Amino acid sequence: MHRRSIIFGAAVVLLARPAPAANLDDSVGRYRITASSRIAFTVDQVGGGGLSGSFPQFSGTIDLRDGALERSSVTFRLAPASVVTGESRVDAFLRSDAVFDVARHPEITFRSTRVRLIDASSAAIEGILSARGRSRPETFTATVVRRSGNAVTFKVTGNVLRSPYGMDVGTPIYSNIVRFDMTINGRRF
Amino acid sequence: MPGRKHISPRHSPPGAYGLTAIIFHWLVGLLFLVQIPLGYLTQAVASRPALQFDLYQWHKSVGFLILALALLRLAWRLLTKSPAPPEGLPHWELAAARLAQALLLLLTVVVPLTGWLIASTSPLRIPSYVFNLVVVPHLPLTPSQDADRLWSSLHAYLAYAAGLLALVHIGAALWHHFLLRDETLSRMLPPAGSHRRTR
Repeated sequence: MHRRSIIFGAAVVLLARPAPAANLDDSVGRYRITASSRIAFTVDQVGGGGLSGSFPQFSGTIDLRDGALERSSVTFRLAPASVVTGESRVDAFLRSDAVFDVARHPEITFRSTRVRLIDASSAAIEGILSARGRSRPETFTATVVRRSGNAVTFKVTGNVLRSPYGMDVGTPIYSNIVRFDMTINGRRF
Repeated sequence: MPGRKHISPRHSPPGAYGLTAIIFHWLVGLLFLVQIPLGYLTQAVASRPALQFDLYQWHKSVGFLILALALLRLAWRLLTKSPAPPEGLPHWELAAARLAQALLLLLTVVVPLTGWLIASTSPLRIPSYVFNLVVVPHLPLTPSQDADRLWSSLHAYLAYAAGLLALVHIGAALWHHFLLRDETLSRMLPPAGSHRRTR
């Protein structure tokens, strides 16, 4: 019985393994980030759980350079006014001058400065994030998860501190760290 | 100045409250009187959301402190014998004073409790992190806008009613102290000797 469980468990693990990721080298080209992408974030709260939401309005480009992936570049901009958390009062609070101050700072931008290859399918994207009138270096990790024809999908993650951007309202009830978990779909142009 | 001796630096008058009851009374009373304007401010600064958020957290922290102290005070009141009322009080005044004191004691428990109900039923689900030290869990209730609104209204009405009652209570105590010059207020003041010792 025990042995059967181990075999069954191993089979489940093997079947659950993700398909091998696409390769960065195979994905070179210039892509426009499409509206089907998802920019999701989570902020943990004391006592468990947290605040999560997404930004449905954004745009950007990805340029994966053939033979020189380190010189690839990413530009990205999002509209913080589009934030959605599922609770309209929280959305209004995030848009207000307590957090994003969208009236004075309608855009958050990221412009890469350096791309470091981690492995064949992943890279660390270093760049300058500008929000609420302040800019500082941040790093996101991008992994190619799918590529077909002119389309490519990246999983992008990264943690950003709120306080350097003057958005630390609510700490320590809400964590100073915003965890981004993004699915970026690109279409070649 | 005849009668001045009654209100000058005191020793415990006959029938004075014990030190524990006196400390509970002033601690809960003063916190409650700070809490009501703080609660009003949370609404008055709606155009400054960051400040409003911080004021809400202070209001919740003070509220939970009042609730804990008021419950201890209630237990103390139920387990110990209160001193006999001052002699010579008219029957109606004694009855009114007892009613006001009982209501105030009850409201210092019920008002913060309705605040806890707001935090527990609000769809915002903001944790109650008392003085950034202790997380007080939400009561096991289903969050909804309707429940949030209901408890918020009740909380405000009861708080303002308690505030008015406290003003009447304070007014009566001052009337006794400065106009009637009796020992009604002195019974709830720490004796001068013990005050010095605690310094």
